[in-house]
Amino acid sequence: MSAIVEIQNVTKTYGGKVTAVDDLSLAVEEGEFVTLLGPSGCGKTTTLRMIAGFEIPTRGRIMLAGEDVTDLPPYHRQVNTVFQDYALFPHMTIQENVGYGLRVAGVPKSEVGPKVKDALVRVGLLDKAADRPAMLSGGQKQRVALARALVRQPKVLLLDEPLSALDAKLREAMQVEIKHLHEQLGLTFVFVTHDQREALVMSDRVVVMDQGKIVQSGTPSELYDQPASAYVADFIGNSNKLRGRVVDIQGRQVRVKVLGTEVSGLARQNGISVGDLVLMTVRPEKVQLLVEEEEAGSASLLSGTVLDNLFHGSTCRMEIDMGEGEPFVVDLQLRTALDQANLAAPGSRVRLAIDPATVSVFPDDGAFAS
Amino acid sequence: MRETTRRQLTATAIVSAPLMWTLVFLFIPYLVMFTYSFYLKKFPTFVPAFEFVNYLTIISDPQYYQVLLRTAKIALTVAVCSFLIAYPLTYFLVFKVKSARLRSILYMAVIVPLWVSYLLRAYTWKTILGNEGILNSFLVWSGILSQPTDIFLYNQFSMVVTLTYIFVPFMVMPLYASLEKIPRSMIEASKDLGVGPLRTFWHVTLPLSMPGVIAGATFTICLTFGDFVAPFLVGGPNGAMIATIIQSQFGAALNWPLGAALSIIMLIIVLTIISVSDRLERAGRIDLN
Repeated sequence: MSAIVEIQNVTKTYGGKVTAVDDLSLAVEEGEFVTLLGPSGCGKTTTLRMIAGFEIPTRGRIMLAGEDVTDLPPYHRQVNTVFQDYALFPHMTIQENVGYGLRVAGVPKSEVGPKVKDALVRVGLLDKAADRPAMLSGGQKQRVALARALVRQPKVLLLDEPLSALDAKLREAMQVEIKHLHEQLGLTFVFVTHDQREALVMSDRVVVMDQGKIVQSGTPSELYDQPASAYVADFIGNSNKLRGRVVDIQGRQVRVKVLGTEVSGLARQNGISVGDLVLMTVRPEKVQLLVEEEEAGSASLLSGTVLDNLFHGSTCRMEIDMGEGEPFVVDLQLRTALDQANLAAPGSRVRLAIDPATVSVFPDDGAFAS
Repeated sequence: MRETTRRQLTATAIVSAPLMWTLVFLFIPYLVMFTYSFYLKKFPTFVPAFEFVNYLTIISDPQYYQVLLRTAKIALTVAVCSFLIAYPLTYFLVFKVKSARLRSILYMAVIVPLWVSYLLRAYTWKTILGNEGILNSFLVWSGILSQPTDIFLYNQFSMVVTLTYIFVPFMVMPLYASLEKIPRSMIEASKDLGVGPLRTFWHVTLPLSMPGVIAGATFTICLTFGDFVAPFLVGGPNGAMIATIIQSQFGAALNWPLGAALSIIMLIIVLTIISVSDRLERAGRIDLN
């Protein structure tokens, strides 16, 4: 394993004012599926475009397979991009689109033909070879864009929010398809998205960005279970947020006075001391609803009044009024019809058990104030 | 039922005014002209008839068909020259000028001359190209010529220069529209696939801007075809174009039937150009998402 893409202290500013990417360093291993995740304007697309060569970094270097490509134009880099709007050439047929780069580069016809055919077979669109892009559906255009980017056997495939224009069902199918393509080809993929679910499903590693900087980089489960900041905890998945003051610290274990009781959790950042205001995040599905007089054991205990039950199909989201702040949400699995029938009705009191290992504690920097 | 009737009445009322306008001021004059073209000239005026004599004259008399050919040649030359000037200019405006403000100012600078009297702009070239014009003065001053020359004015060259100058905005406008419509990602995709800027232009930008090229060529060809000011001001004895001839038939020559026949032929030519261009545009119409 060696880094195929190395971004070294790259900064990109526009007009000397707007900083899109701020002193960012990132190494992508060969064969890795890395996703740059963040809200719009976080610099993820700019980073991708700098790897592709469409933008030149203001400062810093970009290395591709050990070679400095910072100042190379896109047509001299061995990377290919799948564009958000597909960018298929409307005046060419599908096979002309896929073979375009090879043909213009002067690869003999006898070689272009089979390569284009292979690429189209791979994405299952051989029967559309003679069609124009306008005749294809969104999903098909997406596949053509993939085939066109792959036919030149790039060292790295860059994907710029390629699924954002597709409807939910097709998007899920394409996520799986792209993931399989990555496994088959063993190629390095750098994927950009603002959809955290997409990032979790597809990637080996997710790089969360905010304001041109990397906030956290890790496997999907690391990001979900051990968020390094309140920002990540909030951005990835859903989180309940509780605010309170620290009463006791034992190693990483922090006990916090909140909602008139005490809740324990794990500190995700250093520098928390007794008496500090902290923000605790709890995943809705990690909370247990206690039945009758059941004991909480080592778990922290909270209680509240059911506000509403929102039916989500396989799960039910229970909204609970804790007496103050935003309603607390709990996701309950609905395994049997009985589960649904036994749900606590709105208005009834419920008791919640929260395992300290599933609670993340961060210094309260005033973010997400309601 | 009553609702639909009322709607139909409203719709009819709305379209009837423009319809009447086109009928009275377009179709009826054309019909009158068409009828005249079969009349016979009989001094001092002309008499009703149904003869093809006027059309035969145009086809057989070199005086007329040569003017037609010359007009076509000049129209094509003007279109080509306008294209050669307008395309690089528009490309620069759309792709190289980064500031939207500067771009619209420069675009307006190209369009603004259209608001100046057409006659005035044609006349300007007379003062530039003429015997005592700026060009001659410069050439004499710089020592390239020992005395002023007449070769710049009153010939086809001066007509092409004048007409190109006047009609360039009509090439720039559709080109600008079609170049601006090309998504930047298309050009990026081409470069991403290893194709350099020149070949990207040839394989992607130029083909995608063809609708603008066709529209611009149609404008310049058709406008040149019907022009009679440039030949009148800078054309000289051998610069007569079809419109000049038509004008003289209705004026000095007092041969309305022949003038009408020439007009009808010109109308047919222009309509043919427009329908061919329309067909080309349709065939090349592409969905830019």
